[in-house]
Amino acid sequence: MPQLLRHTGWMVVRQARNLMREPIWIAMMVIQPMIWLLLYGQLFSKVTQLRGGASSYIEFLTPGIVCMNAFFGGTWSGMAMINDLDRHVVDRFLAAPASRLAIVLSQVTRAGITAILQAIILLLVGLALGVRVHGGLLGWVVVLVASALLAMVFSGFSNGVALLLRREASMIATANFVGLPLMFLSSILLSTALMPGWISSISRFNPVNWGVRAARNAVVVGGDWGPTGEFLLFLVAATAATCAFATWTFRSYQRSI
Amino acid sequence: MDAIVAEDLHKRYKAVQALDGVSFSVRDGEVFGLLGPNGAGKSTTVRVLTTLTRPDSGRALVAGEDVARHPNRVRHLIGYVAQDSGVDWEATGRENMLLQGRIHGMAGTPLHKRVDELLELVGLADSGDRVARGYSGGMKRRLDIAIGLVHKPRVLFLDEPTTGLDPEARAAMWVEVERLARQESLTILLTTHYLEEADRLAERVAIVSRGRIVVEGTPEDLKAGLRGESVSVELRETDGRLLDAVQVVQQLDGADEVHLEGNIVRARVPNGAQAIPTILSALDGRGFPVTSVTTSRPSLDDVYLHYTGRDFAAEDEEHQPVAKARGR
Repeated sequence: MPQLLRHTGWMVVRQARNLMREPIWIAMMVIQPMIWLLLYGQLFSKVTQLRGGASSYIEFLTPGIVCMNAFFGGTWSGMAMINDLDRHVVDRFLAAPASRLAIVLSQVTRAGITAILQAIILLLVGLALGVRVHGGLLGWVVVLVASALLAMVFSGFSNGVALLLRREASMIATANFVGLPLMFLSSILLSTALMPGWISSISRFNPVNWGVRAARNAVVVGGDWGPTGEFLLFLVAATAATCAFATWTFRSYQRSI
Repeated sequence: MDAIVAEDLHKRYKAVQALDGVSFSVRDGEVFGLLGPNGAGKSTTVRVLTTLTRPDSGRALVAGEDVARHPNRVRHLIGYVAQDSGVDWEATGRENMLLQGRIHGMAGTPLHKRVDELLELVGLADSGDRVARGYSGGMKRRLDIAIGLVHKPRVLFLDEPTTGLDPEARAAMWVEVERLARQESLTILLTTHYLEEADRLAERVAIVSRGRIVVEGTPEDLKAGLRGESVSVELRETDGRLLDAVQVVQQLDGADEVHLEGNIVRARVPNGAQAIPTILSALDGRGFPVTSVTTSRPSLDDVYLHYTGRDFAAEDEEHQPVAKARGR
């Protein structure tokens, strides 16, 4: 166990340091979510029905964009695994006494940390636009935990797919195929009450929506902690499931060498 | 003690029998070469010995540990430099090595000292703090070797260490490997499909063909085992009659292993000086225009032909990996 943690830690440091060397990546990481927030915030601001019980559409939208950003980041995180496979870094670790689990979990952990950083940036931008986090400090924690978990759920899935398909093109196709539908099957942009019945039914089983509901309770409602906790627990379970999937596909990769 | 023992290794990938009973042993402290054309099973053998691949059957010991039963013990004792560089391009040379050392349980001053020492040893002292993306092919390869040596392994596996390098970088790498073998008191197993490389670096070689070891020994013994000399007769373009020329030479007394390479007819004869006039007059008599004749001592090329009945270069060409598919 301590070995798993140590190895995961070093591998996370490695990935984070590599990303920090890409100025464009940092710019995209900070600017893109802001663009979503400002663009959608302006686009739908006149439609008062959309915002559910929130005092402004931007307040309604901010937790949604935080979650959207987290899960998009997660779905794309398998690209780093493909890169490591192509560069034979994974094989090098496998021929050394590296913790096998750490090779997979470090990618998932890195996705979670990235999501937290982006969530903080987005919340600060939101505050500047007049958003209030009604849940206070606990609200902040809930939003950050929800975004980290969402990123990890989809990172586990993404890395699993990466290890199964091992090709960049297939990875891009999968991320696109999964990303947009799940976004529109959630209440990121508009409240559940306004959805057609069948979409709102489906959205109850959409992990993205669990994150959005939890984050929105924390920001807009500032309460409902019981259901919020449940959503977070669902996300923990989903993270465990997708990480198990990634571990399983990692074994299948090992057998293929 | 033997540093590596492989016993009857078998491995099948779907339609391909990659290993079909590979057995050999490597003595402690020696540089051993697995020589064979592309697709012969060299890399698969190395992947089995480095615990990356489980053999379907057979047994292997590395530094006294069983690769199947105690893979993690083996991993602590070996360094592995894969055929394709395992360098993390976005990290510096030093960072690559530090991480590898930490994975091997090293830390603190000893680790940093070791990394400095190795950067010096492989000639990367000045570029160790630059991101590896900017390294040349030869520098990446030297970094690969340094990464493989961080934890002072007992056995180093070098899978095709000079493939993809230009001749100059290749020659530099040879000097490097020779120096490492001396300074680090290592057992080195290297695979190569370059005959000169095996000849130059390996104290003993095993020739691999189609998943089997066909012969094993020092390059000198293997070559001496083939008595006689090689004669190469270069012919001018003869619109498709080259095979006839091969037949002409085959019918001569004492000419063995006659084969064609491009427009050169090669044969092994007991005595070159005596055979040349006979060969020339036979070819001349049938109207084949000869442009040049050379004789040479048998090379590992001839050894390969002798033991497998196939031409090394042709077989290598045939199995040239087109686009390297991952996971086969």
